[in-house]
Amino acid sequence: MEEKIDYIKLASNKPKGKRPYFHDDPAVERVLNITMAIAGELAVIRERMDSIERLLEKKGTVTREEIETFVPETKEQEEQRQTWHAEYIGRVLRIVQQEQEELENPDKSIEEIADDINEM
Amino acid sequence: MSARNLPPVYNKIAQHAVFPEMNHDERARYNFLANLNKHLAHVSTGNKIAFENRVAPKFEKEHGRKIASTEELKEAISKDAHYQVWSSLRRSTMEMRQQAGRSLVLRQAAALRDKVRALNQGKDSLVLDNKVAVPPYLLACDNHIMPGSYHTELIEDDVTPAANYDTGLFVTTAGLLGRYSDGGGKAIVSWVKKTYPDFNPKRILDIGCGMGHNVLPIAKAFPDAEVIGIDTGAPMLRYAHARAMDLGYTNVKFMQMDAAKTSFEDESFDWVQSTMFFHETGGKSIYNIMNEVYRVLKPNGLTLHIEQPQYTEDMSLFEKFIRDWDALNNSEPYWSKMHDIEPLDLMKSSGFREEDFMQIGAKAENDLDDGSQKADEPEDHGRSPIWNVFGAFKN
Repeated sequence: MEEKIDYIKLASNKPKGKRPYFHDDPAVERVLNITMAIAGELAVIRERMDSIERLLEKKGTVTREEIETFVPETKEQEEQRQTWHAEYIGRVLRIVQQEQEELENPDKSIEEIADDINEM
Repeated sequence: MSARNLPPVYNKIAQHAVFPEMNHDERARYNFLANLNKHLAHVSTGNKIAFENRVAPKFEKEHGRKIASTEELKEAISKDAHYQVWSSLRRSTMEMRQQAGRSLVLRQAAALRDKVRALNQGKDSLVLDNKVAVPPYLLACDNHIMPGSYHTELIEDDVTPAANYDTGLFVTTAGLLGRYSDGGGKAIVSWVKKTYPDFNPKRILDIGCGMGHNVLPIAKAFPDAEVIGIDTGAPMLRYAHARAMDLGYTNVKFMQMDAAKTSFEDESFDWVQSTMFFHETGGKSIYNIMNEVYRVLKPNGLTLHIEQPQYTEDMSLFEKFIRDWDALNNSEPYWSKMHDIEPLDLMKSSGFREEDFMQIGAKAENDLDDGSQKADEPEDHGRSPIWNVFGAFKN
């Protein structure tokens, strides 16, 4: 029997028995599952940050109070922080932006474009 | 302080020599999932509101009558937006729990196996028998959507199904079974000691013992008794034995056997116990197993079975439906059928007498509850450690 196993693939195996879907469209189910997995990983990072902050405080490097009351100290810092938020939101809400762009500028389907190009 | 009960932090769980190593983020992932389970238990009360305010009135308007069966209820509620999102989140949470558990145990599969081997080596208190077949009811479906169930071995002498189970019970129950997940075993010991103070069993059998978490409190309470746990899953038994060895137990033995056909002699046990076992068997096997319980039990011997709460006649259709949610959507299929069997009839069919039948309620003893838990928690159907116990003395 093989000793080395692909634990990454095996960990996400499907259990025996047809998977129940609850939303009318399975796509909703799929997206929700991916979203919840990301929500989980965000919680994991948040807990890690909490550990780091508490360790820094315990070792006298930085207090939690200093972290709680920290605000950007230079114009550059302000811009860096706000830029991060703007980029992050743009990334997360990509699909909403794309749907809006489609509304503003209705596009042909790629099949139609292919037919067009075929004539070019 | 929070207005709601918070699950205990994962690091409160008891460690032992074969407990998988977990890093910071793996513990954090379980903390998230325990909280998510708890949250969904609270949100589940919305299903009842949606049913009463939206689903039932709509059905009555369309059909000119009330919903008459759980099947009709299921069809009607499955179109409700709240039920849909709640169900989908709950299923997703259970899949994430399996993924999180398997990702952490499978990456250390060989190391865990080696630790277990070292503890089990040369001990005659672990008896494996590869001629014991996994019963068809366990092959038909992966219970609790646990890929590979209790028996699948990914490497030689694998123990990962048990290690995954051990790490994750805490998450599914949001820590309500205690540090060693043994709240069921502890509850039955307390009840037996209180109710039958003179009962002094010399030989005790636990059927479907799994990783042995509920048989150990019994072994501890009766240190002079010979205690045997049986199961068909070799990975569970290897792990159970190593875990018990490390925790210092000397009077417990683990043997690979099918509870429907053991190799024990007639009338050879004073107590036969099962804990959350029958609802993971099958419609014919359950009777064969009870026959076997009767056969191996000594006259005046005691048998007790901790099970999911029974359906009662005054239970509403909605209540029955929501209690079946886990059975169908967290894959414990036989549980949805076992409701149709009266425990008394099951026991009578094997020879137990009606006048000896007993049925009581039990609640897990939880050493993680520091007294801060509020009592008005909504019941997490199918997950709350509030059980039905049935049994009898053999006469």
